[in-house]
Amino acid sequence: MFARILPPVMAAVIAITHATPNAAADNRPNPYVRSIPAATITVSAAASLTDVFPVIAGAFTKRYPQLRVTFNFGSSNSLVEQIRAGAPADVLATADEVSMWRATNANLTGTPILFARNTMAIATPKGNPAKITGLADLQKPTVTVAVCAPQVPCGRLAAEIFSKNSVTVTPVTKEVDVRSVVGKVIADQVDAGIVYSTDVKAFPDDLTGVSIPTASNVVTNYPIATVNESRNAQAAKAFVDYVRYSASAQRILRAWGFSTPW
Amino acid sequence: MTTKRPAFLMIPGVIAIAFLVIPLLALISDAPWSAFPGILSSPTALDALRLSLITSVLATIVATLVGAPLAWLLARDSLPGTRLIRALVIVPLLLPPVVSGVALLSAFGRRGLIGGSIYDATGWQFPFSTAGVVLAGTFVAMPFLVITLEGAFRSQDREIEEAAAVDGATPRMIFLRITLPLALPALLAGITLTWARAIGEFGATITFAGNLEGTTQTMPLAVYTALESDRDSAVALSIMLLVVAVAILVSLRGYYLPTRTDRTTR
Repeated sequence: MFARILPPVMAAVIAITHATPNAAADNRPNPYVRSIPAATITVSAAASLTDVFPVIAGAFTKRYPQLRVTFNFGSSNSLVEQIRAGAPADVLATADEVSMWRATNANLTGTPILFARNTMAIATPKGNPAKITGLADLQKPTVTVAVCAPQVPCGRLAAEIFSKNSVTVTPVTKEVDVRSVVGKVIADQVDAGIVYSTDVKAFPDDLTGVSIPTASNVVTNYPIATVNESRNAQAAKAFVDYVRYSASAQRILRAWGFSTPW
Repeated sequence: MTTKRPAFLMIPGVIAIAFLVIPLLALISDAPWSAFPGILSSPTALDALRLSLITSVLATIVATLVGAPLAWLLARDSLPGTRLIRALVIVPLLLPPVVSGVALLSAFGRRGLIGGSIYDATGWQFPFSTAGVVLAGTFVAMPFLVITLEGAFRSQDREIEEAAAVDGATPRMIFLRITLPLALPALLAGITLTWARAIGEFGATITFAGNLEGTTQTMPLAVYTALESDRDSAVALSIMLLVVAVAILVSLRGYYLPTRTDRTTR
């Protein structure tokens, strides 16, 4: 149902993202920083941002010492549902444009901008005990695979990769967010999981990643937006701008393995 | 025979009723009635309902077969350290179910204490299997059976058992023909509570057994998964579970009420 209305919207989102690259955000004069009243903002963010967003928030609060940032991490869709149900949130960052569009379409957020891009990877327990070398190995009946549920972005992306490469994988479990898949792999409960490339990078000591070649892979773009119900609109806007336009935030995202959608 | 209803009991009591019933009515009022037939006849819903019924009944049977003898041993102080054992077997009641799930993984996961040897020998594991769902349900629900039945065994009049023993009845005959029948209302109450806990089980199941349609996705997991994208489905599935659970409880005609136990065992 969304597929039909999505392309024009995505075009609009991309157009906006590319419209005003404000490279000067980092060098904004102090009066602007001080004009934002002290507040604690709540950022509802996709599970795949669990590691990188607190680091960005650390840099953000150095720049805006009067602001505090708390997080609510979960699957993108559940975050949207929470905001729809009135959960207090100032900023929403999702792992794909589909889930953000649900929020924007329901008039829950301002105009989203894309701030990062991710790809998928195969995660295996440390040392890759099942000797997975690529997507084809996931078809073997002896190999246990965890993926996300098709309702959430990482599950939709996993399904896209399987169909793009014509592999038939029978997962043993479909978890509701990507971090649950990561947990199952780290605990060596499954031989492999389809996760984001950044997840593999985030757990170098616990996971062995098997990369998926670019031609076989799919990408997802991360949008971020202010929440319309926010009581700290200025601070929320400052965070959104910081994530998208500041060189520091973008540098941190690169360091955690994200690439740019522009 | 209307008893007096003092206000200091009536007011909090009515508040309690409202508190427990209003969310259920709100859920029903939220129901997407027009979408109901489609959602409830979907393979996801039917698989989840079938799986919930099968696994909760199996968990109840397993819990009864081993839990009833344990209740007797505890009630007759037949084990060294009865008090400690009783405390330990009630622990799953107090644990957050997700912690029970982690503990089950440590024991029965394919790298677990016991599960490790099973996996190495057979290549089979409890997690991600329907047996894993039954195991999780049994673990979290059995304490209900044990404590309910132990209380009944403990309050039994021992003279009947002693008389039977004098007349030459074996311990097995005494247990099966006297002790257990006398505790029948408590047994049924315990079975009902155990089953109710098992069919509602969520945290330990998703942690230990995973979430796959037709294999491990029970009704509570299907509701949780549906919430990710489709609130109407989640509400419809919730109401389906609610209706099935209430229908079964009603059909058991209130055996789950402990007062009945007290009356008959005295």
